[in-house]
Amino acid sequence: MKTADNNPMKQKHIINATVENQPGVLSRIVGLFSGRGYNIDTLNVGPCADPMFSRMTITVIGDEHVLEQVTKQLNKLVDVIKVNDLTSQRYLERELILLDVAAPRNKRAEIMEIVALFKASIIGVRENFVTIQFVGSREDVEDFLRVLRPYSIMDLSRSGLLAVSRGAD
Amino acid sequence: MRSGARCVIEGLEKVGCKVLFGYPGGQIINVFAELIKSRSIRFVLPRHEQGAVHMADAYARATGEVGFCMVTSGPGATNTVTGLATANMDGVPLVCLSGQVSTTMIGNDAFQEADTCGITRSVTKHNFLVRDVNDLPRVMVEAYHIARTGKPGPVLIDLPKDVQVGRTAVPFPDTFTRVGYRPSYEGHPKMISRLASLINSADRPLLYVGGGVIAAGACGLLAELAHKADIPVTTTLMALGAFPETDPLSLCMCGMHGMIAANMAISECDLLISVGARFDDRVTGKVSGFAPNAKIAHIDIDPSAIGKSVRCDLPVVGHLEVVLKALLPQVREQKHASWVEKCLDWKKADPFSYEPSPSGAIMPQYVIEQIDAVSGGKALICTDVGQGQMFAAQFFRHNTPRNFLSSGGLGTMGFGLPGVIGAQIGRPGQLCVCVTGDGGMQMNLQELVVAVEHKLPVKVLILNNGYLGNVRQWQDMFFGRVHSATVLTQDGRPENEHIKASPDLPAYLPDFVKLAEAYGAKARRISAPEDVAPALKEAFDDPSVWVLEFIVEPMSNVLPMIPPGGSVKDTIRRFS
Ligand SMILES: Cc1ncc(C[n+]2csc(CCOP(=O)(O)OP(=O)(O)O)c2C)c(N)n1
Repeated sequence: MKTADNNPMKQKHIINATVENQPGVLSRIVGLFSGRGYNIDTLNVGPCADPMFSRMTITVIGDEHVLEQVTKQLNKLVDVIKVNDLTSQRYLERELILLDVAAPRNKRAEIMEIVALFKASIIGVRENFVTIQFVGSREDVEDFLRVLRPYSIMDLSRSGLLAVSRGAD
Repeated sequence: MRSGARCVIEGLEKVGCKVLFGYPGGQIINVFAELIKSRSIRFVLPRHEQGAVHMADAYARATGEVGFCMVTSGPGATNTVTGLATANMDGVPLVCLSGQVSTTMIGNDAFQEADTCGITRSVTKHNFLVRDVNDLPRVMVEAYHIARTGKPGPVLIDLPKDVQVGRTAVPFPDTFTRVGYRPSYEGHPKMISRLASLINSADRPLLYVGGGVIAAGACGLLAELAHKADIPVTTTLMALGAFPETDPLSLCMCGMHGMIAANMAISECDLLISVGARFDDRVTGKVSGFAPNAKIAHIDIDPSAIGKSVRCDLPVVGHLEVVLKALLPQVREQKHASWVEKCLDWKKADPFSYEPSPSGAIMPQYVIEQIDAVSGGKALICTDVGQGQMFAAQFFRHNTPRNFLSSGGLGTMGFGLPGVIGAQIGRPGQLCVCVTGDGGMQMNLQELVVAVEHKLPVKVLILNNGYLGNVRQWQDMFFGRVHSATVLTQDGRPENEHIKASPDLPAYLPDFVKLAEAYGAKARRISAPEDVAPALKEAFDDPSVWVLEFIVEPMSNVLPMIPPGGSVKDTIRRFS
């Protein structure tokens, strides 16, 4: 019943976990995922407003059953305070990406135009390429990358997803 | 101010540790130095750290208290892994203390350094690396609390040398304050009343009972429920003794080697009430064929057990004692005469049974029946893993909770001997019997000395069939009778094992009787069926450590058997 690869119900879930800000907690959570065969797509960790706690945003791929188990298993960990599956709620999500795009003189204007259209920004310029920063939802990021793909992306760093809940529907 | 080492011992005394099983070494030497001064903690020195953990584990299973063990860093700690995993799978409350190199050395590949918390993370309920001696009082209290509450489990505390040496004045906290750990005990009232109405309206209800009932001390309430609503009961291996098997409502053990009546009842019931069981694959077989006609209600303290492997129509998360107490008054007194009769008919049609040995050898099942008879049903049985374990489950009538101890979830060979020692230490007046195989006996043989030096009157019964019998049975059934790596005698080894029977060696090694005597135990080898009962009687009546080696039919099989991934209709009743 676990990760059924051909399961059409498989989808990406965003989980926010509030955990104690202590050494070893990250490895406990990552270990839980690998030990039980759950797939982490992205993982973000940073301190909460109260520095005693950290917030982890985890995106997981799986069906409802996998997600239910992930949530329960996370909740079972002693240093996990709260687990919130955002997928069933209203939430806001953002990802930051940094990318180097080849920008010979004759293409530069086009690239600048795309950057402007997407409200991205150029944060570095070299002879042959520019470094672009973009922040957006998963969908925005995919759109942006699709449009830039013809321009030879030389390097790409993605932050993975961050999300905040806007409360239940 | 006191040292960290002192604080560990004070902490153990504070939480009521009566027995500590431990093995020393350089990185835990300070704590052992303080242990000597304790007036209330009895110390037991096993001969291998795995033995220490199994002893503490079985002590906990037999008494319902938390078990305690202590080992050194590196190899001492890595030797605990199997024991911790065993306890973790079966939800046994343990606190394991391990030495560690100084915090300043951690990560440097120091002498006898191992990343103990990393290694044991997935085989413990929780673990702590204590980095600051001022945290130690809190950690001691938390570890004990976490081990015994919620679904119990093993907790490890890793103690760096400098933390043992460091000094602290911090007192032990009176309360537990981890916000992330709040097991729910109550059970949702709405769910409980829905469960009651499901029970009240069911035609063919069945109680499927797991080890959680024993852990929760809820066996009495369970029996009350079964009798009030006239519901047949089947237990898992872990719950043997939770409901008396001599009760007419008992269908004994279910699962792969369970009673056919129990598995039939599971497949025919219209309401399956799981009480503290976790739907292990050794019970369910093919999940889609499990309880196909039933609504499934699941009461458990562990929310993650619910819906994990089998669909659940009605979850109730809570402590079984609390939930059953709330449930009972809402359940109507009633009779399910025709359903119960049907179950009893199945039971009558297919009791646990076995055929005699073609050569007239002792049947291992017979030895178990005689343990029951000679002890008047009073023996506590601690099993090893294999065929003997299953025979002990099938052929002894289990009527008392905490009298059948077995590594159910992990299936750890080598549990039996240290286990019976831990159990006997926890239950001094109790007749404690270990049922083991010629394979399993050799996995933690070294612990025999502990039984002898502590004058524990344990009875170690070896069912010697000359094979790793359980695996040999699978090879005969599913692998074309090729005995790869399962023959323990000199004769009959497959080609690749390069062992030719040599005339100057006995056909079978080791000589368990001589071995037992070398450890200072009394021992006897029994080969004739008529000698079984007298030998048991002699051993049971004598306060010495006894090792009885029963030379049993080599080819006996555990039956009935639902092949892995199968369902009750695939049951193998006969095989030769
Ligand atoms: C530590 C460990 N290793 C391997 C196994 C796999 N295994 C399960 S039963 C068994 C054979 C046990 O043989 P024996 O102790 O002689 O008992 P028998 O089955 O013959 O009664 C083996 C090898 C196990 N359960 N545990």
